[in-house]
Parts: sequence; C-alpha cells; structure tokens
Amino acid sequence: MENEAGALSRVAGLFSARGYNIESLSVAPTEDPTLSRMTLVTIGSDEVVEQVTKQLNKLIEVVKIIDLNDGDHIERELMLVKVRAVGPDREEIKRLAEIFRGSIIDVTNKSYTIELTGTSSKLDAFLQAIERSAVLETVRTGASGIGRGEWILKV
Amino acid sequence: MSAELTGAEITIRCLQEEGVQCIFGYPGGAVLFIYDELFKQDKVRHILVRHEQAAIHAADGYARSSNKVGVALVTSGPGVTNAVTGIATAYMDSIPMVVISGQVPTSAIGLDAFQEVDTVGITRPCVKHNFLVKDIAELAVTIKKAFYIASTGRPGPVLVDIPKDVTQQKTKFVYPDKVSMRSYNPVTKGHARQIKKAAELILSAKRPMVYAGGGVILSDAAPQLTELTQMLNFPCTNTLMGLGGYPATDKQSLGMLGMHGTYEANMAMQYCDVLIAVGARFDDRVIGNPKHFFNENRKIIHIDIDPSSISKRVKVDVPIVGDVLDVLKELIKLLKAEKEKPDQAALKEWWKQIELWRERDCLKFDRSSKIIKPQMVIEKLFNVTKGDAFITSDVGQHQMWAAQFYKFDKPRRWINSGGLGTMGFGMPAAMGVQLANPKGKVACITGEASIQMCIQELSTCKQYRLPLKIVNLNNRYMGMVRQWQEFFHGNRYAESYMNALPDFVKLAESYGHVGMKIEKPEDVEDALKEAFKLKDQLVFMDFITDQTENVFPMVPGGKGLSEMILV
Repeated sequence: MENEAGALSRVAGLFSARGYNIESLSVAPTEDPTLSRMTLVTIGSDEVVEQVTKQLNKLIEVVKIIDLNDGDHIERELMLVKVRAVGPDREEIKRLAEIFRGSIIDVTNKSYTIELTGTSSKLDAFLQAIERSAVLETVRTGASGIGRGEWILKV
Repeated sequence: MSAELTGAEITIRCLQEEGVQCIFGYPGGAVLFIYDELFKQDKVRHILVRHEQAAIHAADGYARSSNKVGVALVTSGPGVTNAVTGIATAYMDSIPMVVISGQVPTSAIGLDAFQEVDTVGITRPCVKHNFLVKDIAELAVTIKKAFYIASTGRPGPVLVDIPKDVTQQKTKFVYPDKVSMRSYNPVTKGHARQIKKAAELILSAKRPMVYAGGGVILSDAAPQLTELTQMLNFPCTNTLMGLGGYPATDKQSLGMLGMHGTYEANMAMQYCDVLIAVGARFDDRVIGNPKHFFNENRKIIHIDIDPSSISKRVKVDVPIVGDVLDVLKELIKLLKAEKEKPDQAALKEWWKQIELWRERDCLKFDRSSKIIKPQMVIEKLFNVTKGDAFITSDVGQHQMWAAQFYKFDKPRRWINSGGLGTMGFGMPAAMGVQLANPKGKVACITGEASIQMCIQELSTCKQYRLPLKIVNLNNRYMGMVRQWQEFFHGNRYAESYMNALPDFVKLAESYGHVGMKIEKPEDVEDALKEAFKLKDQLVFMDFITDQTENVFPMVPGGKGLSEMILV
C-alpha cells in the first residue's frame, strides 16, 4: 500500500466496520519508501476471506493484495520474552532458548530477555515449554509472510 | 512565470477548471479565505443553505439528477459533523460528490483547537476516499484526484480537508490534465468470456427475469437495459434505486421488487430460472432472507462495477465485473449476432404465470374512501405532471408509495435516500435537482415527520426562488414506524405519534411561499393542478391523509420474497 499517513487506519477501520477479525498485523516501509508492505492474518471461511480481499482492494491506498495461502509461502514472527531466571532455572531456560534457536539479548541477575523468531506456532510452543509463572513479559510482532521461490509480490 | 496563487484561490480555480457551476455550502472560520475568493468571481455559483446537512443533500440531488459531480463546501468542526449524515447518504447510494471542508491551521491540529474535529477520521467510513492537504503544493493535484475518484468506478463522495493556513499560503497554480494512480484503476470493460457465458445462459432460459438496480442509473445505461429487455421479451423489475432504469409504464415492467415490491415482481424473482442482475446488490430489503431465496434453484448472472458487490450476500454463477453500460452493449451485440432465441413456448408460459400473479392487483386501495388515501395523491400527482416531474422523497411510507405509484419512465427522475434511509433528505435534495434542472418540474413527496428534519431549508428556497412543490402526506404519525408497531409490536405506538405539529400553511406563508391544506379526496387533483400552475412559487401542499393506511405488499424482515403480507 501507499506509504501515506492514515493508510493503516483505513485498513484497521475496514476490519472493525465490517466485523472482520484481525489476528495480527505487521507493517513497515519497503525498499521503495513510497510503499509499505503489510502482512495481515485473519481467520474466516473462503467466502469471508474473499470479501475481505475485495474490500481491501477497494481502499484507494491499497496497491496490490495477495492471499499467501494461495501458494507456498514462508511466515516468520519475532517475539521478545522476558523470563524470571534464578537458581537452577537459569541453566534450564538458557538450554530451552538454544533448543528453539533463540538468543538471550539482555541479562540481569534475576531475568533473561530472549529473542525468538519463527512461525507463530513455534513461538506458542516455546511459551508452553517454559513454566507460565516464569514469563514476565512478552512482545510479538505478528507474522510477516513472503511467497516461496519465484512467487514475488512486486508493484 | 505565472503569479503565485493562495490556497483559497487555487481551490476555486480547481472548481472552475472542473467546470463546476454550482456549489452548496455554509461559511465559517476555517473557510473564510475560500469564501473570500468565491466572492471575487462569478463562474462558480454558491448556494447558501441553512444547515450543512442540507448542503450535502442538495449537492447530492444535483448530482443524481444531472450526472455531474455534486460539490459542497463546509467549515471545520460542527460544519463537518453536520455534513456527515449527508455524506453517508451519498456513500450508501454511490453518488459522485466532492466535499471541501475547512480545517483548523496545521499548527493547531491535534491541540483540541476551537472548531476542530478529526474530519478525516470521522468521515473515513462513509466516504470513497478522503484527504487532508497539509502541503499547498499538493492542493491542486489532490482536488483533481478527488473529482477523478468520485466520478469513476463505483462513484462515491470524496472529501478534501484543507487547513486554514494552507488556504493562505501561496504557490504556482498548475491544474493537471489527468491523474494516474497506481493503486486506483477501476475496471470498465467486462470480461469477454464471462459475457459470452452470460449470453449462453440467457439463451437457455425458460423463466428469465431482469433485476436492475441503481447501477443502471449511475452508468446511464437505461436505454441499453431497455433494449436488452425488449429484444428478449423478458420481464424486468427495478429496485428502489433503479426506478426509471426501465420504463415503468411498459408492459414488461413488473414494478419495484423487495420488501414493498409488487407481488408479481417478488414471485417472479423467487421462481425464475435465470436471473440477470444488473447494477444491483441483492441487499436485505430486496431479497429478504437469502436462505429462503435459495430454496428455489436459479442461475444468476451478475453485472456490477464493484467486485465486492458480487457474491457478497448471494453466490452467483456468472459474475461480470465492469461498467454496466459497456457490458450491456457487449451483451446486446452478442445476442443480436446469435441465431438462436430463448425457448419461446416456455417464455409464453412464464408470461402467463406472471399475468396470473399480476391479476392479484397487489397495489389496490380503497378509491371510494372519504378520507384522502396517500396512494391516491401520488397517482394524481403522476397524472397532473404527466409522469414528467423530478420526484424527490424523504423516508418512510410516503417514500414507498411514491416508488409504487409514480411510474418512472426515465432515469434520474426519482431521487431518494435508498441505502441510508435519511429522513430530511427530500427537500434539500429537491433544491439541488431544481438548480440542476431550472426548467424542470420538481416535487418533493414527504411526510409531516420527515419534512421537519430539514424544514429550515424553506428559507433557502425563498432566497433562490426555488419553485418546489412539496407534497406533504400528513398522517400525524411516523407512518412506517407506526406500521411496524402495528404488525410486530402489538399496536403499541411508542413515540410514533406526531404531536404539536405546526400549521404548515402558515409556516410556508411565513417564508413567503404558498401554503395549501387539502382535506377532501375530491380536492386533491385541483390542488395539485393549481400548485403546478404557480410556476414561480414554492407551494407547500399539506394533505391530511388516512392515519391507518399501511404499505402493502410487505415482506416482513427475515422472511422470504414469496412470504408477502398482502392487502
């Protein structure tokens, strides 16, 4: 979509006005600074998704829209999670982070902050693997998606 | 090098470049520089309304009756919020319109300044697009874009919000010849293969039906719709927004369909085997319960310029995205070249069935009544004007009777708020119609409840000598509310009685207009004739009508098309 003030609120407004659900939404300017790329995750029947797509296309600032589920694609989400890490837990959490290919990016004597990237379900799995009471804070970006191989979304 | 112009000058110059002859508005702090420039020129005529809602409705009526872009100018804050009802009305009915609004200076935006609202935010869900112009270098191109977006594709209102300081700044004025936007390229031509499929389906039809909506009017395709329908000898029904798209006095017309549609139109809609939907959107007031609609099998061809209107409420078999006019032309060409014809014996049987439905005479009413029947007033109005008037309406029972009993043979003659259902629309819209058609006969069919929602415009009509004929069907009730309360709420008429009504005759006279009160059926025709003889005067006709009259047929909410309540 055009990288213009207000474009994002048109998308968000459309979803709330028509009763569609936004599971997650991530957006940032592209290599062409006049364009922003948004990955939006929504859940609905084929008919609903078709309507969502058509309605989004009607927004003047939306340049092009694809349904990544129409082909092979890759999805990644970034999560930062701050966990309590004292005593024997410190080792255990560090190991767990390694298993999930996360990295510890901030350390205090009581906590770790772990950076983790993957599909949304991988991030969910990590949170399930550590004890719930140990999780102090999480922040997630929502999924970003891209088509595999030669499947390219370009204006 | 050409001299630099202020933002205010540029705004007016843009309107001139677009060929705008008439705008509707109301001044205020944020638009004072623009008004100053309006004052200094005479190409663009400004009509001063008495409330911003009326400015938008008037621009709307102007657009609907002329197929030009309607233009309105309002100030920031309350100017805009008053305009919102009008903008939403135009949006729901896809009316091309550009609204220019003033905004507080850029330095004051976000600081809760006097008369500040988030105009772009407030209007976002009810415009096709809107802009806030923060940089004067963008002003001319933005206004160009606004006109382009408003009038192409599925039309709609576009708002341009201009902060006061931008109207004072100066820059060189260049009005672009055209704009191209990578993110906005509306389709006009229909897909050839889809049109071919449609033609094949049409030729296979045994019980065909043409269902035509407001898109036919908006794309000026009434002649093509008529040609197609008549060359095939198919029955045709029009939606509330589509009236006039096919001549209502023609025998192939089944009248309006939907909640208050005719028995024959609704039955034919339900039991046809091939449905040709043209510029219509299968909304809840048209097909009722979609589940019930699909109790019967039929193939559907759907022509619409807006892809999101297709398969929204009803799954269709042959979607054709494109401008109705282009697609109909192609379709006619294809069918003319075709040697085959639809099964004529089956078509004859189908017409026989339709005639049986028609014999039900679903629009009958008591013609010998000693109290004025509202339907009779509209019939007489049709006769007196020879069916050649521009009719605007407000919203409620009178609107439905107008749609049922005034037979529109031409497009752009029936102007009403179909989608949003805005009471108060009728009179200001009629002002716009009269200004776009100075020689036209313009009548506003209204009720004593609706008319009071924009009654202040009697003053505007006086100022500009707009000789509207107001047909007030006065039943001392919000009639449609009362009807629903009678049918569905145990006759408990909660707050639907109109008490403390003004003396409309005196009210009209106090504005310098002519007022008439008509209480007997035998006086109706003479009153109408006299009113239309007063060519230069607004005449307010207060018809005291039967309080208990209901609109029939009626498909109750949530019911199917064949489940009508009949007289």
